[in-house]
Amino acid sequence: MNALLGEKLGMTQIYDDEARAMPVTVIKLGPCQVAQIKTEESDGYNAIQIAYREIPARKLSKPEIGHLAKANVPPSKHLVEVRVDNPAEYSVGQALRASEVFEAGQKADVAGVSKGKGFSGPMKRHNFKGQPASHGAHRVHRAPGSIGACATPSRVFKGMKMAGRMGGERTTILNLDVVEVDADNDLIMVRGAVPGSNGTIVLVRQAVKVHG
Amino acid sequence: MNKLDNVESRFLRDDLPDINPGDTVRVNVRVVEAGRERVQAFEGVVIARDGGGLRETITVRKVAFGVGVERIFPLHAPIISSIEVVRRGAVRRAKLYYLRDRVGKATRIKEKR
Repeated sequence: MNALLGEKLGMTQIYDDEARAMPVTVIKLGPCQVAQIKTEESDGYNAIQIAYREIPARKLSKPEIGHLAKANVPPSKHLVEVRVDNPAEYSVGQALRASEVFEAGQKADVAGVSKGKGFSGPMKRHNFKGQPASHGAHRVHRAPGSIGACATPSRVFKGMKMAGRMGGERTTILNLDVVEVDADNDLIMVRGAVPGSNGTIVLVRQAVKVHG
Repeated sequence: MNKLDNVESRFLRDDLPDINPGDTVRVNVRVVEAGRERVQAFEGVVIARDGGGLRETITVRKVAFGVGVERIFPLHAPIISSIEVVRRGAVRRAKLYYLRDRVGKATRIKEKR
């Protein structure tokens, strides 16, 4: 498995060979540097830590600067760990580019923080059906309905789907088609939508649940 | 959308004429029928231009056999073989939706000169 950090640039549409329009998300992916390699012997599991997006060193704490300097990696804003099968394939300080990890035709998973929807009702948040628009319905059109029985159990069960904060949480979309990889500009296009607003950080990895 | 301009520029077509609302255009559309491709023309008045970049569309309206027909064409789609401007119209607004409520002589548009 292999993954890179990138920035969601936005969506557009392109046409395939049969002239059908296809919605695509453009992601500026990498380049990311390997900041640390974790192995079975040293840490109990195999992983690489990747760094993305160079920023001025004054924006980092001294321990962070030291950690990155040790790996000879420029000061970076984002650090994430990615599990790998064979850490020996990587070297500390190595730069990983989109074109080395992905190619058109592959499947990819994209993880990011979804757009915050604020305090949302049950219809938006849990796809409840709401209640009739007419036939005597009074001020309950978007209400959840019954949330439980009466004297037994005389409480509301935990985990009951109700209104509340929605969005703004990490979401992963599985098995998106990689439509195109632009090696020169480190851009990739995936078919379909990706969590978050334009400009947010997303993690793109090779699909882990591919069938057939 | 500025960040996407470079990405989209590769797919934009540059063989399109200058099209404005009020113009009468003939859109030549590629149609695949029984495995064979041919070009079909759709001629009418441009009543709206929407979207930007790769997703820009025009709405073309004509009256066929007494029935109003509107087709929305994505300007940069490969199914569009070519677009010809037949007549330039002089209109004072960007969306000519008022044409939908008019019939016969009232739908005429002054020619731009």
